[in-house]
Amino acid sequence: MKKLESSLLNMTLVLTGVAVIMGGILAFVNHLTEGPINEQKQQALADGIKTVMVCDDLIVTKTDTARQNDAKGKELTFIIYQIQDKQGKDLGAAVESTTGGFGGDLKVLVGFSPEGKILGYTILETAETPGLGAKADKWFQKGEKGDVIGKSPAEPLTVSKDGGQVDAITASTITSRAFLLAVNNAYKAYKVTPSTDSETGATKQIAK
Amino acid sequence: MNYVNIIKNGIVKENPTFVLMLGMCPTLATTTSAMNGLSMGLATMAVLICTNVVISCLKSLTPDKVRIPVFIVVIAAFVTILQLVIKAYLPDIDASLGLFIPLIVVNCVILGRAEAFAAKQSPLASLFDGIGIGLGFTLGLTLLGICREVLGAGSIFGFTLLPETYNILLFVLPPGAFITLGFLVAMVNKLRGN
Repeated sequence: MKKLESSLLNMTLVLTGVAVIMGGILAFVNHLTEGPINEQKQQALADGIKTVMVCDDLIVTKTDTARQNDAKGKELTFIIYQIQDKQGKDLGAAVESTTGGFGGDLKVLVGFSPEGKILGYTILETAETPGLGAKADKWFQKGEKGDVIGKSPAEPLTVSKDGGQVDAITASTITSRAFLLAVNNAYKAYKVTPSTDSETGATKQIAK
Repeated sequence: MNYVNIIKNGIVKENPTFVLMLGMCPTLATTTSAMNGLSMGLATMAVLICTNVVISCLKSLTPDKVRIPVFIVVIAAFVTILQLVIKAYLPDIDASLGLFIPLIVVNCVILGRAEAFAAKQSPLASLFDGIGIGLGFTLGLTLLGICREVLGAGSIFGFTLLPETYNILLFVLPPGAFITLGFLVAMVNKLRGN
């Protein structure tokens, strides 16, 4: 078959035709994958909550969104999932918190007991350097070098380089600082949500 | 042309990573570990096979002056489809490569093969060219990923081989990508016996 001539009409028709057909295919695939993508997101979140609360039988009773301004005046958004077990006992909350890491946004989900102790954490989104900052998903877990589990960020957690008690990831101080900041911020956000009944929970004003 | 030869051509004679030197951006950026290199290679191969076949089918319908926009529209559509499918069914790969998948659109391996091969050959030959070049690209990226992971993180595909004290961090970072690629290209060209 001979090639179509490059006349204005041919070019317009072909380009428009290809764009319309491809657009149609895309719309169809988008329609097909929309459900599974949302399921994946919810599944990832549900798994994350179970991991950080160290509990399989739990119910998310309430989801709050809290906004705070950080030291530089940038608005931060936290999502707080209040958790109860099947008997209705308060287990604390899982808090989603985002900070700027070394390579981009670092989004962590931290579980707090009603007393404000860290139960567990998981990294939801990371752009840290593989082999360096990306180790954050294991480094701060129980029994690892930078173990933060069981600690309470009432006194903000800091890396040992800044006079704190948490060992930073080797050669990834920036990621470690970002991670601890995310945890500290999550704690602050958790403490100011109205449904918390511990003593500091009454303080609704946020320290900036 | 024999189809086996087309595949061999893509892996050895015209290997996109070591000989054609195409698609260097994803090659350098995503090969921080063997698994990342392999996934990126396979993702690119999937797109390349689809675009090669479609562009080859469209070749007589495409006026010469608008061929590049037509190619790009086709490539972009397939990359978006791939991205949606990965997001929906392979969340782990999405987490490690998510950012680089859309960038396959501007990977010059794909546009290069569309222009140099698919626009001139039959759809079947283009299919095999897609497989061959795709395999060559996957091989190159995986090899680079393995070297960088062993040297930089002391492991292969996540299995630890060397204790942390022997890790050379440089190889996980961007400069390590250039150094490793340089040595690999030299070695491969020596082996091919220029």
